[in-house]
Amino acid sequence: MAKPKVAFYWNASCGGCEEAVVDLAEDILKVVEAVDIIFWPVALDFKRSDIEAMDDGEIAVSFINGAIRTEEQEEMVKLLRRKSGLVVAFGSCAHIGGIPGLANFWNRDTIFERAYKEVPSVENPEGIFPRTETQLGNESLTLPEFHNTVRTLGQVIDVDYYLPGCAPPPESIMDAVTAILEGKLPEKGTVLAPDKSLCDTCPRTESKPEKISIKEIKRPHEITPDPEKCFLEEGIICLGPATRSGCGERCINANMPCRGCFGPITGVGDHGARSLSFIASILGLEDEKKMTEEDVQGLIDKIADPAGLFYMYSLPSSLLKRRKMV
Amino acid sequence: MQKRITIDPITRLEGHGKIEIFLDDAGDVKNAFFQIPELRGFEKFAEGRLVEEMPRITPKICGVCPTAHHMASGKCVDAVYGVEPPPAAKKIRELVNSAFMTEDHALHFFFLGGPDFVVGPTAPKAERNILGVLGKVGLEVGTQVIQMRKRLRNIITTIGGKVIHPVCNIPGGVSRGPTKEERDEFLKVGKDAVEFGLFSLEVFNDVVLGNKDYVDLIVGDIYKHKTYYMGLVDENNKVNLFDGKIRVVDPEGKEFAKFPVSDYLNHIAEHVEPWSYIKFPYLKKVGWKGFVDGKDSGVYRVSPLARLNAADGMATPLAQEQYEKMFETLGGKPAHNTLAWHWARLIEMLYAAERLVELASDDEILSDEIRRIPNNTPDEGMGVVEAPRGTLIHHYKTDKRGRVEKCNLIVATLGNSAAMCMSVEKAARGLIKGGRVDDGILNMVEMAFRAYDPCMACATHSLLNTPLIDVVLRRPDGEEIMRLFREDNGNIRKIEK
Ligand code: SF4
Ligand code: SF4
Repeated sequence: MAKPKVAFYWNASCGGCEEAVVDLAEDILKVVEAVDIIFWPVALDFKRSDIEAMDDGEIAVSFINGAIRTEEQEEMVKLLRRKSGLVVAFGSCAHIGGIPGLANFWNRDTIFERAYKEVPSVENPEGIFPRTETQLGNESLTLPEFHNTVRTLGQVIDVDYYLPGCAPPPESIMDAVTAILEGKLPEKGTVLAPDKSLCDTCPRTESKPEKISIKEIKRPHEITPDPEKCFLEEGIICLGPATRSGCGERCINANMPCRGCFGPITGVGDHGARSLSFIASILGLEDEKKMTEEDVQGLIDKIADPAGLFYMYSLPSSLLKRRKMV
Repeated sequence: MQKRITIDPITRLEGHGKIEIFLDDAGDVKNAFFQIPELRGFEKFAEGRLVEEMPRITPKICGVCPTAHHMASGKCVDAVYGVEPPPAAKKIRELVNSAFMTEDHALHFFFLGGPDFVVGPTAPKAERNILGVLGKVGLEVGTQVIQMRKRLRNIITTIGGKVIHPVCNIPGGVSRGPTKEERDEFLKVGKDAVEFGLFSLEVFNDVVLGNKDYVDLIVGDIYKHKTYYMGLVDENNKVNLFDGKIRVVDPEGKEFAKFPVSDYLNHIAEHVEPWSYIKFPYLKKVGWKGFVDGKDSGVYRVSPLARLNAADGMATPLAQEQYEKMFETLGGKPAHNTLAWHWARLIEMLYAAERLVELASDDEILSDEIRRIPNNTPDEGMGVVEAPRGTLIHHYKTDKRGRVEKCNLIVATLGNSAAMCMSVEKAARGLIKGGRVDDGILNMVEMAFRAYDPCMACATHSLLNTPLIDVVLRRPDGEEIMRLFREDNGNIRKIEK
């Protein structure tokens, strides 16, 4: 029997998801044994013609990482969708938009203006911006169109499964690959990570009291947190309550609060809104009677960048998707 | 008969990469363009963010060297808050950075650029990959490389939480230090890494330096550019990958400038071209003269050989020995040979491993005092480190509540962008004559490029033997004349239309 064909492709990403695959170390050989990798992250767009020549559905599964920001990326993932039986959105950026999704607070023009003109190191008196086409004599050099908005993979094509994390930990990559190879597939649309919140698996959960009373919101560098205590208990915003588990509590182990790279737990559409409402609901809960609206507002104001903090990884997948720009 | 060659390697430099080479009427190379068709806009979307989150946000610029961004950003937020981390915190950061440098450099030598040399540029192409390296040095060594890398990366995981995108740096220090047991393990790994570094240099010595053809290639003209060089140095002008002043030497090796990062805007400027999403940094005081080398051109180079050129030596004993040997062999300082980057990288790897041992032996890293709570109003600051791929600068300005107002980044991976363009062009010029392109160009041009260390995705490429580079020769009307690419078995296939 022919080995199943597997493709890896990336979009607006950092290369960390490819590193994560390489971090499988020896296990990678097992994967190579079992499947025929027709594309690696170095999946080259010139080989596009080869993909075009394939039958629809010929690729068993495509793992696609990165958010969608350019024309080229959009075309490529549409092509891969047609040719693949399964598509797995690999990593936070493909899943929920990821850090590059923070760019949705801005648009192409403001990004170009900043990067190519305004930053103090650039010397660009003629105001040259990169263009999709540059004529040099009778030759032209082309660049792909840069979109205004970052989108998740699921907003561009139909996605079968999501593998969360920035980057996904090696164990969960292996689990996902094994499940697919063995045909033990969960329901379409499933996020391939435990259906629990990070708090459920966090070693500090013991000290997370039923009711948390945050008298004052602290930023991570403003106090020395007790390495045994729940961050929320100490007044530090942690996205654990609304975030899916499965990461191995990696940030918590480094004594840093969660920022939500695994995305929301099942049933929650808007990760940031859920986190925000959770925090709002526990604010000063014990002293509920004494807390006025103003007090609560005052506490929230202490979070100088609520949008950036609660939507750090998930802005493109939020209800708003992006900030409206006039 | 104007022709165009497209090389679309999409190597993980910082996103995708593409090289276009234009031929003139005679079929010789007219010019070459190194294009980056992608941009993510960190400098803009940093605006409004909480500055202490920047060390967690900016590593996503590059998942290949997230540790370097995490360090530059950590130092930058210290400066923004005007807080000096306790000595233990600085040492812990440098320790993590040293582990990172060692594993990253090792990877490049054995998996990426190394195969050209260890197996040989003229070796059967099917062997010119990691498997070929293993054939030459033994499977056991291959396992050792994987193991070494894993153990070094575990150091980063232990302190930083995640090896891909660490999280431990905060304004004023680090969130976590090592336990005594962890420290003992770090020390063991460090000692093995020193042995490993020496062994790697031995391999280089036997296989590369022992072969006259390779040496000729290294010192030959095709892979040479006389440029300025930049790197961090300590107070004795020794290479320092983590801290110090930025030093620049001219193409003759004379000190041209030496400045703290806070002064970078007086020295570094960036040029914009309409055909690339990346910018081209150059020395402001010399000026942008285009993609040319020499003393009158502001083009400078960064990363291993540039750093060794920009310094007077290495701060650790074993690396210093190797440093002297290298420059003696290359005929003095500075060395302009692009292929000697591989050699310099191994010397730095040894240095980083030696530093790792020094830092892991230092009891101070076990101190409880690993963070200082900032009490100044945040304002503006800069941070610099040497990333594996060059000098990396972060610069943030905030409002009084510590929200980023402005952010500027001089990203290491792009420090060589102009030079890379030039190197590829020169190699192509030396190899493409009268419009004739053969299999040789593919690897020789790739070599010019790889010396600068294209990133991770290429390693996976080598491991799995998938094509790295596709060369398409086209007529001006865009019609394809010929296409060259590497097949799965490593052979080059040529399709003529
Ligand atoms: S809020 Fe954070 S620290 Fe507290 S239990 Fe949940 S994940 Fe752990
Ligand atoms: S703790 Fe949160 S931010 Fe950290 S790896 Fe886990 S899900 Fe991601």
